[in-house]
Amino acid sequence: MAETGTRTVIRVGEAADIPVGQGRCFVLGDETIAVFRQRDGRVFATQNRCPHRAGPLADGIVGGNHVICPLHAHRFDLETGNGSEPGECVRVYETEVVDGQVRLR
Amino acid sequence: MTVRGQRRKLVVIGNGMAGARVVEEILDRAPDAFDITMFGAEPYGNYNRILLSSVLGGAEAPTEIFMNPIGWYRDNGIRLHAGVKASRIDRRSRVVVGRRLRKDALAYTVDAADEDGAAEIEEPYDVVIIATGSRPFVPPVEGIEGAGAFLFRTIDDCARIADYARECRHAAVIGGGLLGLEAARGLLTHDVEVTVLEAAPQLMAAQLDAEAGKMLRKTIEGIGIRVMCGVMTRRVARSDEGVTHLEFTDGNRLETDMVVVSAGIRPITEVASASGLTVERGIVCDDRMQTSDPSVFALGECVEHRGQLYGLVEPIWEQARTLADVLSGVRPDAVYTGSKLGTKLKVMGVELASMGETAPASEDDEVIVYREPVNGIYKKLIVRDHRIAGAILLGDTAAADTLMQMYMAGIPAPERRADLLFGSPTGVGLLQAADLPDNAQICNCNGVSKSRIVEAIRNEACQSVGKVAAATKAGLGCGSCKSLVAQLLETCLGEVAFDPSEHYYVPGVPLEKSRLVAEIRNRGIKSVSEVFRQLAGGREDPDSKVGLASLLKTLWPDEYEDERDARFVNDRVHANIQKDGTFSVVPRIYGGVTTPDELMRIARVAVKYAVPMVKLTGGQRIDLLGIRREDLPGVWKDLGMPSGHAYTKAFRTCKSCVGTDFCRYGLGDSIALSQKIERRFQGVESPHKMKLATAGCPRNCSEAYVKDVGAVAIEGGRWELYVGGAAGGSVRKGDLLHTVDSHDEVLRFIGRFIQYYREHGKYLERTYGFVARIGIENLRKILVEDSLGVGRRLDADIRKAVDAYQDPWKEADAPAYAEQFSGPGLAHVLEVAENNG
Repeated sequence: MAETGTRTVIRVGEAADIPVGQGRCFVLGDETIAVFRQRDGRVFATQNRCPHRAGPLADGIVGGNHVICPLHAHRFDLETGNGSEPGECVRVYETEVVDGQVRLR
Repeated sequence: MTVRGQRRKLVVIGNGMAGARVVEEILDRAPDAFDITMFGAEPYGNYNRILLSSVLGGAEAPTEIFMNPIGWYRDNGIRLHAGVKASRIDRRSRVVVGRRLRKDALAYTVDAADEDGAAEIEEPYDVVIIATGSRPFVPPVEGIEGAGAFLFRTIDDCARIADYARECRHAAVIGGGLLGLEAARGLLTHDVEVTVLEAAPQLMAAQLDAEAGKMLRKTIEGIGIRVMCGVMTRRVARSDEGVTHLEFTDGNRLETDMVVVSAGIRPITEVASASGLTVERGIVCDDRMQTSDPSVFALGECVEHRGQLYGLVEPIWEQARTLADVLSGVRPDAVYTGSKLGTKLKVMGVELASMGETAPASEDDEVIVYREPVNGIYKKLIVRDHRIAGAILLGDTAAADTLMQMYMAGIPAPERRADLLFGSPTGVGLLQAADLPDNAQICNCNGVSKSRIVEAIRNEACQSVGKVAAATKAGLGCGSCKSLVAQLLETCLGEVAFDPSEHYYVPGVPLEKSRLVAEIRNRGIKSVSEVFRQLAGGREDPDSKVGLASLLKTLWPDEYEDERDARFVNDRVHANIQKDGTFSVVPRIYGGVTTPDELMRIARVAVKYAVPMVKLTGGQRIDLLGIRREDLPGVWKDLGMPSGHAYTKAFRTCKSCVGTDFCRYGLGDSIALSQKIERRFQGVESPHKMKLATAGCPRNCSEAYVKDVGAVAIEGGRWELYVGGAAGGSVRKGDLLHTVDSHDEVLRFIGRFIQYYREHGKYLERTYGFVARIGIENLRKILVEDSLGVGRRLDADIRKAVDAYQDPWKEADAPAYAEQFSGPGLAHVLEVAENNG
């Protein structure tokens, strides 16, 4: 039974505005979101704030579906949000790229 | 690719060590390229002729010296005509023609009567390889071919000699060279009294000088062998019973029951002559091992190459590799350019090594001699242009492998020549297996390189010297390389047992640094992503990116493909990230000496950008803390000063005391020196940060003793150079590397040290760990004495790195990519229509 409705998505801008292989942080109200564009073309998004000492994950090193925080090298799985340290995890957003625009939900 | 049925026909004439070896090499490279047929005059597979004297002496059973038993030929699809001698190559109809030898015939005979009446065997060919080897040289002695006189060349000869010796009390060996002594040693075990007869005034004239020859003679006589030098045999005299005595040209005679001739070898070339190929002393070959017929190649003792004949295995293995490269098409343009000769052996229990020349060629040659007559030890080195031109080691050959490696590779000798013979007094080896280049030949007998052995240990589960030997043939020749193989095993297996990844340069690429560097160089890899693609199965590892970027930049200063995502954030924005995500900015102040104008500019910037903190650093610099990323380009432009690199793994600062300008104790101009150092090496990247200092006197106000590199002025206008100091989490006084006379010399040796550290330091290894690991003695040898001959290359490479330096703060005007200094972007919430089907 098909039903047409609306849903809320977050538009963060053009994928091309995120340097390849890097992350960039976007502000949405009180939140900052780190959006990553891997070299293989995959796009991920997480909370920007590292749960350890609030390091900016968007400035981390990205690869193999992981990001490493620039402050103390804690590591997070970009698909699940699970961290390398016990008890640490980050919120992950589902991402899609539509007409070159990165959208999250 | 050659499909079955389209294989070319390869006929190999000769099934000795050279023939079988080249076939193995070809099969390794192109298993399906050829249909292979081999002619071998001996009715066996291939055996190790070097070990014949061990067979004669009973130390090895004949079956133990086979390298390629008959089954090997079958398993590899090779048709072997064993006991068939090829007589000619019919080059018009392109067939090799051979005849079966009589069972009791000498394999190396020239006498056609030995061929029985059987029909000729013909094998068509596309390519022929001649590897007929050599036959014993038979001196012109009357009666040398009758009963009781033997040649010593084949496994059958061994059996005949041993058999005959049972009925004898005296045996004479004609020939006091290597082969003759080997034969004498073998005979000794058959309970006969042995006399060695040599025409030259000394034994082993090809390998030894007169003095060593005399010492060897003494030792040999000590074990009960009689030696006569300077005698020429004229006649073998016989009665009905057999040999009675030998007569010499000087009229003297020697009672004996049998005689073995082992007086050198001569190439077997008849098949080439009969086929119209060019033959001089041997079958003439070019650098591709091709004879005068482009379809016919040759290798081994039957060959004359560039006027040279070779009788040792090592050059022949080299020829085999070249020829296999050419014929298999792996490297059709491969060339063999000749070999340096060296050998290590045991003669009658006497250790002996000889390489290159035995006597000086001119007055400029250095001759270094050590004698210990009581113990039969004699060592002689000939050094020409600081390189070993020849060496003789008798009685103690512990240094032989090292000297051989240095001789073959042309490695410069250390300044203390004594170290060549006795090792360095600090116990540091001149060469260690781990230090040898990957392509260094470890097994000189079978031509096995270090990289091949390491590969066998790592990838083929070879965990013992024996298994390495089985996989690579290393150690199956004279066996003298077994200790080097053991060293490599120890190095590699230590890693395996522990944790191999411990030694990887970065966790995501399974190679330790030297191998990684070799792969990167060989493949010409210039970017981090390409490393992952080629060396890590395409798996990108974020923990490895920064280390790889650092390495690649060191390896390819001008050509490195700089992917900015492989940089740590500090190196993306050329500032040091702080706990709140802001950055610190430290402008370069050369030698810590600033000016009022600079200070005013710094102050104005601090006001304009509301810098939360201005702080003096430990390196005598001024730090502006708390700057937002988007403000960085403006701050740099307003400062108008270059980057101080206070954020990266690179040369950071060189601080200084006030030196001679004002200080009443100053001995040297430490300020000018530190400024020169800093201008030269600023921003040069390295495995970890480098903080330097210069001190104008040993009071060390600038803490130069505890810096990565420190230069301290001492009395007499000289500078002491300390390396590997630390005064952070670890505290270590630097080690004195060298004392020099001028600022320029300081700069030169700092450059060498930095470059060596860049090349050999592990990623994130500070110099204090690096210097402790390599050892100051070793570093001094390499960097100061230039024992590896790399000094000038290091100088040139650090120059390149210095020349490639650009002030990264120039990116203020020309960002490397659009978002380099952008602050956060803005996200928006959208409602989108959606079909929830």
